[in-house]
Amino acid sequence: MTRLAASHLTCLRGARLVFEDLGFDLAGGGALLLTGPNGSGKSSLMRVLAGLLEPFDGSVDLDGTAAYIGHHDPVKPTLTVRESLDFWAALYGADASDVDAALDQLALTDLAPIQGRLLSSGQRRRLTLGRLLVQGAEIWLMDEPTVGLDTAAVKRVESLVAAHRAAGGIVVLSTHIEFALPGAQTLDLGDFAPGRAVDRAGEAA
Amino acid sequence: MTAFLAVLTRDLRLALRQSADLALVLGFFVIAASLFPFGVGPSPEILARIAPGVIWVLALLAVMLSLDRLFQQDLADGSLEQLALAPVPLSITILAKVAAHWLTTGLPLIAVAPVIGILLNLPPDGYVTLLVGLALGTPTLSLIGAVGAGLTLGARRAGLLIALLVLPLYIPILIFGVTAVDAVLTGFDARAHFLYLAAILAAAIPLAPLAAAAAVRHGVEG
Amino acid sequence: MHRFANPSRFMRVADALLPWMIALCLPLFAAGLYYGLYQSPADFQQSETVRVMYIHVPTAFLAQAAYVVMALGSASFLIWKHPLGDLIARSAAPVGAVFCFVCLVTGSLWGKPTWGTYWVWDARLTSMLILQFLFFGYLALANAFDDPARGDKPAAILAVVGIVNIPIIKFSVYFFNTLHQQSTLFGDLMGGSGDAAKSVNQPDIAAAAAEQGSALAPEMLLPLMLMFGAFSLFFLILLVLRLRGEWASVRLRALRAGFRPAPEEV
Repeated sequence: MTRLAASHLTCLRGARLVFEDLGFDLAGGGALLLTGPNGSGKSSLMRVLAGLLEPFDGSVDLDGTAAYIGHHDPVKPTLTVRESLDFWAALYGADASDVDAALDQLALTDLAPIQGRLLSSGQRRRLTLGRLLVQGAEIWLMDEPTVGLDTAAVKRVESLVAAHRAAGGIVVLSTHIEFALPGAQTLDLGDFAPGRAVDRAGEAA
Repeated sequence: MTAFLAVLTRDLRLALRQSADLALVLGFFVIAASLFPFGVGPSPEILARIAPGVIWVLALLAVMLSLDRLFQQDLADGSLEQLALAPVPLSITILAKVAAHWLTTGLPLIAVAPVIGILLNLPPDGYVTLLVGLALGTPTLSLIGAVGAGLTLGARRAGLLIALLVLPLYIPILIFGVTAVDAVLTGFDARAHFLYLAAILAAAIPLAPLAAAAAVRHGVEG
Repeated sequence: MHRFANPSRFMRVADALLPWMIALCLPLFAAGLYYGLYQSPADFQQSETVRVMYIHVPTAFLAQAAYVVMALGSASFLIWKHPLGDLIARSAAPVGAVFCFVCLVTGSLWGKPTWGTYWVWDARLTSMLILQFLFFGYLALANAFDDPARGDKPAAILAVVGIVNIPIIKFSVYFFNTLHQQSTLFGDLMGGSGDAAKSVNQPDIAAAAAEQGSALAPEMLLPLMLMFGAFSLFFLILLVLRLRGEWASVRLRALRAGFRPAPEEV
């Protein structure tokens, strides 16, 4: 059973404590929406969950495979859309039909022979999301997946996320715009800012 | 193996589609070599004496100058962190990237080296030894370079820093490569030199990617 | 926080030992200098310049020891994630670099009257020079990041890579020497025994001083040993002092990062 849980997570970035004593528990089909002001550690949390950043304290319990979308679009200026996806497919053991499906689901089929340098920022973002589909992971960690996307594309991503959850997948998502995520848990990173943990303990007592 | 080939073809493709960058490295190699006759005088004897050393030192510098290609671009656009998260061991990915780096840097340098040999009046007996030495030595330069490139990810003045880290580690390759040619030109055998170069290469193939992987993993922490 | 609490016990022990080390180090230096400068004979061939040996040889040894300490600390930091290893490595590096530099300078000062030149690409000098480069590389990398804590792991990896490479570098440098220095400046010094292998193995100061007898004369050995002890203690003292500084800056960063003392401690 797919599961993603974290307990007592504390994150240190450079000389700064970003958040402390953070926890949540997600089962298959679950979703977590991260909110909080800039610098509250949404991206850091994503990177910790993805395994890119080691938590200073606490633990992440991850059952299943995870795919991560960060702020960057790993799009090479000289590779075509299809070449990019083919590469990630080869890396993750997916085959050509998965690439075709991903192109289709993100309305990239017409752009398949286009080189990355000619893509608009929204198109690059869609290519990044295409990689997510090709990976076929059970847990999606999506840091601002909708940056640069138009409304139609956002709707598309919403339905992809819904389908993923319906199939038993888990989604952790942060966004600055409206994003339909029915039944999602919400985690306000501001609640876990350093020092607040002590306050919460005080309130409880 | 599929993943290794996938990374290799991707990096080769990326390098070949920006072949102007490759030409830059070769251009540096040739132009820098042509400075030496101006620096030490055009006497054929002196040039012949320093030719193996000049070619080796410049090959070393050319490889070093192209090291930023290994990870820098992938770090900037977020590809590197995705490569680090992929189910393939990162050291295998790095080995593939190093192979691509050597095929697009070391190999062209070997192809151009005889031209510089002619410019610097390298005696005819030295060419084969020079090329065999370069063939055995330049892959190690790329491997050690990958460690340096990984370590300097995210550092200030990374390009200059790589030089400081990597050049001392290049010294053994330089010594065995140059003395091999010197040995042959003075009537000795270069087999021992080749064996040392091969031994270092054999040790670097498994070890350097491991160290580079540890460095890259830290580098993508961001 | 457990990660920061670890080295404090070690630091307490080191702090307690520090005055004893200083108390032992000063008389050793005094005795070593006295015997070295007044109570030992000038060398038959090298005359008074042989006295450089009493500084040169201990610093050469300690510079290499410092690199080993650095690499061991770095390895323990990488393997067990023990912050003390990183602190020790970071503390040892500049001390080792300075000892290495002193060794090179004294070596070349000795070289001028003995070899007639300040610098010779002999195997030992070259090895020390490369060791100096390795120290520089470590220090540059450790301090090349905007966030000082970010340099710890790359620097540690570099130290370990360096120690793996040192034997190869040394071997290649000796190899280089046997080929390039077959009839060298040392020919005269070695009493005409221009044999390549010998000229490679003997141009060091101590070896050259030992040349006349099969071993170093006891009058020379005593001050050398005293200076060895004094410099070793001096090295440890500097290491502890640097450790204090590094440890303080780590704690300072921890405080800045928001690890305030628990309420009852305020």
